[in-house]
Amino acid sequence: MNKFTTALTAGTLALAPLSAFAADSDDPIVIPIHNWSSQIVMSNVVGQILEMNGNAVEYVTTDSQAVYESVRLGDVTLEMEVWEGAFGASFRAAMEKGGIVDVGDHDAVTREDWWYPMWTKDACPGLPSWEALNDCAALFATAETGDKGRYLDGPVDWLKHGQERVEALGMDFVVVNAGSAAALWAEIGAAEADKRPIVVFNWTPNFAEAVWPGEFVEFPEWVDGCDKDPAVGPNPDALYDCGNPANGYMKKAAWEGMEEKWPSAYDILEKINFTNPQIAEMAKLVDIDELEPEEAAEVWLEANEGVWKSWLN
Amino acid sequence: MTAATTTLPSSPRSFSNAQIALAFVAVAVVLTILQYIGLLPAWMHRLPEAIIPNFASVLDTVFNFVKDDLGLLALTRFLTEGLEWLLDFSANIFFGKRRFPNIGPIPWTAMAAVASVIGYYLGGWRLALLGGGTMVWTALIGQWEIAMQTMSVLAIAAPLAFVIGLSLGIAAWKYAWVDKAIKPILSVLQTLPFFTYLLPAVIFFKVGPTAGAVATTIYAIPPMILMTTLGLKKVSPEVVEAGKMSGCTKAQMLRHVYIPSARTEILVGVNQVIMLSLAMVVLTAFIGMPGLGAKLLAMMGSFKLGRSFEIGITIVLLAVMLDRMSKAWVIKQPEHFERGTPLWKKHSMLLLGLGLFIGFTLLSLVVPFLAEVGRGQDFSQGKELDNLIKAFLNIEWVKATTGFLRAFLNVQVLIPFRNFMLSIPTPAFILLVAAFAFALAGRREAIYALVFFSLVALSGWWDRAIITLYSVISAVSLAALIGLPIGILASRSKKWSERVLLVCDTAQTFPSFVYLIPAIMLFGITDVAVIFSILVFAMVPLTRYTIEGLRNVPEEMTEAADMSGAKRFQKLWSVQLPIALPTMAVGFNQAIMFAFFMVIIAAFIGTQDLGQELQRTLAGTDLGKNFVLGICVSLMALTFDLTIMKWAADKKRMLGLQ
Repeated sequence: MNKFTTALTAGTLALAPLSAFAADSDDPIVIPIHNWSSQIVMSNVVGQILEMNGNAVEYVTTDSQAVYESVRLGDVTLEMEVWEGAFGASFRAAMEKGGIVDVGDHDAVTREDWWYPMWTKDACPGLPSWEALNDCAALFATAETGDKGRYLDGPVDWLKHGQERVEALGMDFVVVNAGSAAALWAEIGAAEADKRPIVVFNWTPNFAEAVWPGEFVEFPEWVDGCDKDPAVGPNPDALYDCGNPANGYMKKAAWEGMEEKWPSAYDILEKINFTNPQIAEMAKLVDIDELEPEEAAEVWLEANEGVWKSWLN
Repeated sequence: MTAATTTLPSSPRSFSNAQIALAFVAVAVVLTILQYIGLLPAWMHRLPEAIIPNFASVLDTVFNFVKDDLGLLALTRFLTEGLEWLLDFSANIFFGKRRFPNIGPIPWTAMAAVASVIGYYLGGWRLALLGGGTMVWTALIGQWEIAMQTMSVLAIAAPLAFVIGLSLGIAAWKYAWVDKAIKPILSVLQTLPFFTYLLPAVIFFKVGPTAGAVATTIYAIPPMILMTTLGLKKVSPEVVEAGKMSGCTKAQMLRHVYIPSARTEILVGVNQVIMLSLAMVVLTAFIGMPGLGAKLLAMMGSFKLGRSFEIGITIVLLAVMLDRMSKAWVIKQPEHFERGTPLWKKHSMLLLGLGLFIGFTLLSLVVPFLAEVGRGQDFSQGKELDNLIKAFLNIEWVKATTGFLRAFLNVQVLIPFRNFMLSIPTPAFILLVAAFAFALAGRREAIYALVFFSLVALSGWWDRAIITLYSVISAVSLAALIGLPIGILASRSKKWSERVLLVCDTAQTFPSFVYLIPAIMLFGITDVAVIFSILVFAMVPLTRYTIEGLRNVPEEMTEAADMSGAKRFQKLWSVQLPIALPTMAVGFNQAIMFAFFMVIIAAFIGTQDLGQELQRTLAGTDLGKNFVLGICVSLMALTFDLTIMKWAADKKRMLGLQ
């Protein structure tokens, strides 16, 4: 109740001086919410900024891959976090079909790769180098993998090419695919109790950094073409013999019709730009401080006026 | 192939079912042995890629044609707008979404009061306590708003399923051709994995509560149709005669004679609709259904075991409350008052409910806590529960047990079993399934089995289908090993039967997602975790039907056994179990259906089966592939369903139980 009234007053107050050139439609702007905290808070932050701009905003929970089809159809208006690694393929596929536009990158970069929680380093001090990891392979063995180490990769549909890399670099690891992000966390959580060494797929920015400090494994540095040309990278006969790019993009995307229907909101969306520390802070408010996402967004906006004030028209 | 020609004579009628089944098995064994010694040509082991028709792209073309060229999308999008209006309306009432009629949200205290009054009206103090208690728990634990988001969609989806199901049920009862057309569709619908409902729902009905409501409705319709038809068919001729004699028109007959007489079955259908709708709460969160499910997925995504556990409890409480209330409604007979009873007395409960509702609404204007439990005022114990669960998973003997199970069950039993199933040549496997159907049910079921499994082979997803089947078979076998003894023990006394049945109810409504994480923490991302999560679910019907079967053995029979001096074990083995067996078979069948349902969810742990591929199609717009995969699961489940149900029906007839 309270939240609604404040938002409403904020909305009306902001609307008053703007009404002269507020050509935005009264229809609500639909913002998608996925199932990880930084995205939820960021979407709420953007939603509240747009409400200050006088737009009506609604949130809808969607799958993070299926959302691109919804954006294309205009059912969802925008998407705040398009990760190069995780959603690049879905995004590009939707771009090809038409209906979705690229609204520019955040300053924040994304990284996805093999990762281990800090306690692993006690057992295998040579880390983060991948050769050192390979020498410790036996530490990561499980009942099923025999004397080879187990690397827990992301779900198969994330297309992380863990298997190809193990083969290309001749590593003593067996790749097992988790079925969901939750499954990855459960494995790390189980390993945490007795500080069992573990190496899993992970990415940044996300909440895990705050809960389990850790590092990415340093593979041979990414070179363009490593996924297309066997000659690139240390193994001349294999693809995927490099680590993933350490600075993948994080884009904003919008429905094609947004610019016409809500020009002023679209203008703000173009200016919106978050950095890694800002995103980490948003995630922390929910994951560590246990705030509800809407409340976390309010807190973040209050504390960071300098960041977003200039984005408003 | 030579084996087949020598053992299969031209006229199979002269052989018994068992002999033919045996012949099938023999051929299958020969083929498998040939495969093991390396003499089987590759094309006999697996269908060559080249002859596998591309069903997916054909289906895609058909879908696109129907969707765009025939204008189905335009039609459904038009319907979506109407549905959205309804959903917005209920959303405003339940949690105050800013839409017409702008009067919500209802204070939680007022809702709790109304729930108590309804509970009291239907079933006395116990239900009043359950109704009110559930609402108070939900509010105090800080989940009021998300729970109401869920309820606002269910409040539209469940009645919609009721109306559609009732109409179709009446149509199927009235016109034989509708019945004939609807039956196979219903069978497929009931075995189709839910992921197959989700994608079309999104495409045709827009991501969000609308798609969630549509998927829920479709999922909940089948039992309503079946129960309506069943109830109407059972109306006794005397009642019909009486209606005709009093000169009823056709419409009056339906309204005043048939439907009131079929009241019990129809209300059982309502109960089923409610329970299935609640089962979809978490699953529809994947397509934008707001509320408890979405929150649960978000909590799981950030490893908050305690909070997700609390949400699970809320869902169970809501389900138990609605289940008990609707069951009480089934039993409660309409009240009749003497002529001249004052109006207020006839409607005393309605007035009480209304009075309390208005009272609490007014009171909450003065005391905000009674309207909404604010931030930080709730009593959630998320962090404490987190630590409790983690501490439990970290106890030495728990870890030792699971470690042993993981090493033994997975490495020694499950993985070899899976590899064996994968090594069986496709034709041999199809023959084995057909032999199973032949031996248990008969020729018709065997032909179905042959056709269905051949279609699965033709779909090109054979290996994944076999892995799916492997999970189902392993989980159901293990569930039988645990569930049957529990059922047999519990059936000895009424008290224990009731207790175990309550546990079954709870286990069935507790969202399966919640125990996926503990399963992984216990067993790692292995087949054991997958099987474990299916097993928990599949054990429920096995135990339930064992108890019901054993407790319904006619008393004359057990007494006769006692008189002839049978020992307890003898009585169980030679009298009770044989008579309960058909009922237990129904439980076994349901366990298999549940297992097919859960195995798809288990893809979230990490599997290599059809569920994993299905989950993958959700990401894109692969409607064709999504449908092919769904049908594969459905065909396999249907084969077992048809066979076991036929067997149970035959057995019941033989025992003279029906």
